[in-house]
Amino acid sequence: MKKLFPILGVLTAILLIYALYQALVVAPTERTMGDVQRIFYYHVPSAWTAFILFFINFGASVFYLIKRNPAADIVALVTAEVGVVFCTVVLITGPIWARPVWGIWWTWDMRLTSTLVLWLIYVSYLFLRRFSSSGETPLLAAALAVLGALCVPFVYFSIWFFRTQHPQPVMGGGGSIDPRMLHVLLINWLAFSCFAFLVCWSRYRLEKLQREVDHAHALESLMDPRGSAR
Amino acid sequence: MSAPTGITRVTLLKDLRLEWRSKDAINSMLFFSLLVVVVFSFSFDPSAEESRQIAGGLVWVAFLFAAVVALNQTWAREIRNQVLDAYRVSPAPANSLFIAKTLGNFIFVSVLEALMTPLFIMFYRLRALGPAWPLLLVAALGTWALVVNGTFFAAMSLRTRSREIMLPLLLFPISIPALLAMVQATTSILNGEGARFWIVLLATYDLVFTTVCLLLFETVLNAE
Amino acid sequence: MRNGYLFAAYAVTWIIHITYLGSIVRRYARLKSEIEQLKK
Repeated sequence: MKKLFPILGVLTAILLIYALYQALVVAPTERTMGDVQRIFYYHVPSAWTAFILFFINFGASVFYLIKRNPAADIVALVTAEVGVVFCTVVLITGPIWARPVWGIWWTWDMRLTSTLVLWLIYVSYLFLRRFSSSGETPLLAAALAVLGALCVPFVYFSIWFFRTQHPQPVMGGGGSIDPRMLHVLLINWLAFSCFAFLVCWSRYRLEKLQREVDHAHALESLMDPRGSAR
Repeated sequence: MSAPTGITRVTLLKDLRLEWRSKDAINSMLFFSLLVVVVFSFSFDPSAEESRQIAGGLVWVAFLFAAVVALNQTWAREIRNQVLDAYRVSPAPANSLFIAKTLGNFIFVSVLEALMTPLFIMFYRLRALGPAWPLLLVAALGTWALVVNGTFFAAMSLRTRSREIMLPLLLFPISIPALLAMVQATTSILNGEGARFWIVLLATYDLVFTTVCLLLFETVLNAE
Repeated sequence: MRNGYLFAAYAVTWIIHITYLGSIVRRYARLKSEIEQLKK
């Protein structure tokens, strides 16, 4: 297991470099937007990765509510954190793309708006995890995760209807995509998914170690109430 | 089936009676409502024509403020008197307590809204361009959406650090679809347009979240 | 000039990821040294 991680790390790095090359060199230049459009190859895979991570968070939280499995709780924490990181990337690359193309930093475009709300929900989840006392955190967080996940369809529906009533420029263009561009997009998505997996794995190991250390400290102070300074 | 509803009724009546007896709460509610409307009037000073466009947003942000104020003290009395621990060891179903608290908050916030609305109408010279009765439906559904999640998150925030800030931190993001619906429905109705989509969305939201909060409340109450 | 935005977007992406990974690595190293201390 220990050997696997560095090997996967190197493979992922190579894949990422290859994907970058594809995005910058191989992919055809977009007609209207020019080279700036290549931000798309980082913006969209980050969004998809974030959504998948949040979905796993939902699954892990439900599993925790049913089985009270501590590993599921760690998976929930990890996927929420890494998901927020990827979501942050989406929310920053979005405006950087919008500015040269539309002349504005932000547009209440359907995708960007829903991503923002998603980000807010999971950041509030992370706040709950940080601010609640450790005994009850896993259960409360799991409950919040379920509520947050259930909220997602409402977020999409409400913003979709709102946008059909009050149309705004749509980022990233609707309609069909050039197959060569789709190819590059998928390569970048694969690369980022592998990267996300490794980041989650690292964070998981860190959290597991942290909990073992905390547990050891707790035991120590139980056994030796006189001595241990912490 | 009478025991759970019995507990709900008793708890709700007890809360209402306690609030009514302490006239402080009513007086501060009255003054709070007036203050909120006046502050908003200073901040946004539109013409009668414009105000119909933004009234939905204004009114619901004001109601949201009121709701947070009410929600923050939902469990205050219970904590002071260690009632929650008693509840945990009793055979009473946790849901009865939750429904009672939510209904109590609903009534409390509705009263605040009823106090603020005539003031808003007066200060902003509001007039609906079509039938106004659907606004009552929107108010009820919208208030319930805020209050059901708010009561749940208030219970969650009980043992967190910075309890008062935790409640809005958790409530606002999840309420965004409902808030959008409330505001858009209100604006549409004021302008004489249909709001069916938003009302259906709100009703569905209320149904889904009430169900899930009921399912999860016992877990949250007993979390340790 | 527009390609400055492209560079900025890619750079920001990696700055965010490297920062997060860095924090994980740093905390892990600190925990490991703490364990060494405990073992003594």
